[in-house]
Amino acid sequence: MAPLEHSPERKFKVIGQRPLRPDGIDKVTGRAQYGADLYVTNMLFAKVLRSTHPHARIKSLNITAAESLPGVKAVVTSSDFNKINPDGPKDVLENCIAYDKVLYDGHAIAAVAAISNSIAIKALKLIKVEYEPLPFVIDVDEAMKEGAPIVNKGKGLENVPKGFSENVTSYYEFGHGDLNEGFSKADKIIERNFKTAAAHQGYIEPHACLAQMSSDGKADLWCCTQGHYLVRELCASIMGMETSQLKVTASEIGGGFGGKTTVFIEPIALALSLKSGRPVKLVMTREEVFKASGPTVSSSSDIKIGMKSDGTITAAHAKLRYQGGAFHNGTVEMGAQSAFACYDLKAVKSEGWNVLTNRPLQAAYRAPGAPQSIYAVESVIDELCQELNLDPLEIRIKNAAKKGTLSSYGPTFNDIGLLATLEAAKKHPHYSAPLGENQGRGLSCGFWFNFGGNTCVSLNVNFDGTVSVTEGNPDIGGSRASISQMAAEEIGIPFEKVRTIIADTNSLGHNEVTDGSRVTFAVGLATIKAARGAIKEMCKRAAKIWGIDEDAVRWEDGCAVPAGPNAGDHEPLPIEKIAAMSSQTGGPIAGHHEVNAEGAGVSFGVHLVDVEVDPETGLTKVLRYTVFQDAGKAIHPSYVEGQMQGGAAQGIGWALNEEYIYGEDGRLQNPGFLDYRIPVASDLPMIEPVILEIPNPGHPYGVRGVGETSIVPPLAAIGNAVSRAIKLRMFEIPMSPPKVLKTIKNNG
Amino acid sequence: MVKIKVWGSLQTATNNEEYVEVDASNFKEVLDALVSKYPKLKPQIKRGVSVAIDGVIYKDSWFTPINDSNEVVLMPYMEGG
Repeated sequence: MAPLEHSPERKFKVIGQRPLRPDGIDKVTGRAQYGADLYVTNMLFAKVLRSTHPHARIKSLNITAAESLPGVKAVVTSSDFNKINPDGPKDVLENCIAYDKVLYDGHAIAAVAAISNSIAIKALKLIKVEYEPLPFVIDVDEAMKEGAPIVNKGKGLENVPKGFSENVTSYYEFGHGDLNEGFSKADKIIERNFKTAAAHQGYIEPHACLAQMSSDGKADLWCCTQGHYLVRELCASIMGMETSQLKVTASEIGGGFGGKTTVFIEPIALALSLKSGRPVKLVMTREEVFKASGPTVSSSSDIKIGMKSDGTITAAHAKLRYQGGAFHNGTVEMGAQSAFACYDLKAVKSEGWNVLTNRPLQAAYRAPGAPQSIYAVESVIDELCQELNLDPLEIRIKNAAKKGTLSSYGPTFNDIGLLATLEAAKKHPHYSAPLGENQGRGLSCGFWFNFGGNTCVSLNVNFDGTVSVTEGNPDIGGSRASISQMAAEEIGIPFEKVRTIIADTNSLGHNEVTDGSRVTFAVGLATIKAARGAIKEMCKRAAKIWGIDEDAVRWEDGCAVPAGPNAGDHEPLPIEKIAAMSSQTGGPIAGHHEVNAEGAGVSFGVHLVDVEVDPETGLTKVLRYTVFQDAGKAIHPSYVEGQMQGGAAQGIGWALNEEYIYGEDGRLQNPGFLDYRIPVASDLPMIEPVILEIPNPGHPYGVRGVGETSIVPPLAAIGNAVSRAIKLRMFEIPMSPPKVLKTIKNNG
Repeated sequence: MVKIKVWGSLQTATNNEEYVEVDASNFKEVLDALVSKYPKLKPQIKRGVSVAIDGVIYKDSWFTPINDSNEVVLMPYMEGG
């Protein structure tokens, strides 16, 4: 057999094409089944009682009246979970349902399953909770101070330096070089504080699940998630079940962006089903999604950067403080590692503190931690360019990280695409287009790691020569199309001959969550390897049919062919014929690949934006937006462009309007899309995507992740554009009209 | 001996050394040797560390070969969205 490893000169036939999306008809006709769409016989409807306090001790909880209401079949509280499995993972569960204290507005206290939603809602009103309100803290800087109300005791790691509140749970520091020496060489040093608000991922589909638990300990769970294997692990652990006894099926998913990478309601539905003996459906309202499903962190950051008059950055220092709600999270380390990743620096240090507050536990949101830190860094770079009268794009090119750069987070970069994206931005007509009155142009670089992880793929060759691919990652950004393309490419058949499905947890080995921009990379890699396994078997069958050695057969364009003249004169055997004879030649043909995929390639992007600010109202209108991103090999360019546009759109919303607003009572004031305003189509211009393809050597086709990098640059790109438009520097996002207007008025 | 770069805040567990050297031929042996030589690293290593080998990040593949010519950098576990 000929070697099947990838060669960089390979000419693709299916990869890089734009076939119709395989889930399109299902989605536009309503046939696709989302989390709330499944109905089964005898199903109950569940509702959750949630805290109206940001921080309070639960003095008493009486569910007797609710349990007695006709139509109510089960009520659960944390005490039920203590009985089910006293050794379960308490932090995960405690975020799903409070124990002795409520830790944020919206924290679940009890849940009811009833024969109708209206009875369940009525029953919630019969549950009596006596609270002892406790002091609370919402702001990250306040929460770090000694003497701040303690949110959740005993959560700090051993790496927290002395002198902080117990709310500080971890500390990280990265960098290299001598900062003092670096700053001494600077002609200009700027040091600023920036704040970013918590923003929700804003997925359109609320969390929803249906749990069926039987008396023999088996259970089925249908849910809307980015990772049903993780859901199975967490729920089995909470419920004290063996993993094999819990089958989780991922529904179609209406967005996630990182926000559906843990459990919120699934353990509650399982417990209600166990207690009632009936299937239980639980669907969050939008208000519950906002209050209890976790936005991103909010942050307060100090950035200090020194620059020579020629634009060389001499030193850079970031201090990042991220609050992630009432439980420990690991976000600031990602922000600290990302902060200066775009630059080739001799002296750099980034420090980060994770902090508890009385808010819902943060959940990941595209490139978690990176947008906040890079917003602050890129804002200071822009201000330095203004102060030193330098071109912001040229200065980024001058200081850009490249192959051989010692990165700010430790390793030396291999082949990376930042310079290519910057050069593309420089050449693009957008950069030199004229601007009008009250208009400004902003620019920002962005970075994200991307990763791989545990992945299983099964690829079956059907008797008619078509191919079925089974993978285990919910399709959140077009992976069924890209995986089918990679299978088709490798085997040498048309895209339409392949169908990819997402299996339940009992059908494949463990698959990590659809996150970290990992699926096209890792599942793609496993699919290619599985296809190669099937090809090897098909060559073996052809060799048997021809009566020659396996090594004398190679695979070409969907056919087995003799490898050379010595192999004999045989007509090519297409996949259809080999498949049709598979019963007679040894049985069904399949390929499998199971891997912990390593070698994901980091990715860079550059965003360019023009805005116009109305000085009378403070309203910012985005006039033009261009995204340049190193995607590695773009498998399905339309989906890649969609990821680039989607990240930019979400970043624009975060930069201009989106924020969690808390009242003086510590309660969330805007838990709905009327008051928490995400951008709609009329708010946005056409976002032009420019794909750069710098292959990742760690993938057979050169794939990098594309799903996250695109949300990193918009915050600073918009911030820099607004600041240049109003000729005043803004230090906080969102830059909503009242804040912009206040800045203008305060400065005359 | 493999030379390993340790991130800043973790250096409190390595006697403030930015680079440490251990005898190891793969990822797991690096972790085992680090815990043996610097016991204060144990909590972080137990929570999870990744390692970058010549610029490529490996999350936790124990038997990834490492030799003394590699650039080896410890990194915290990553999360994504």
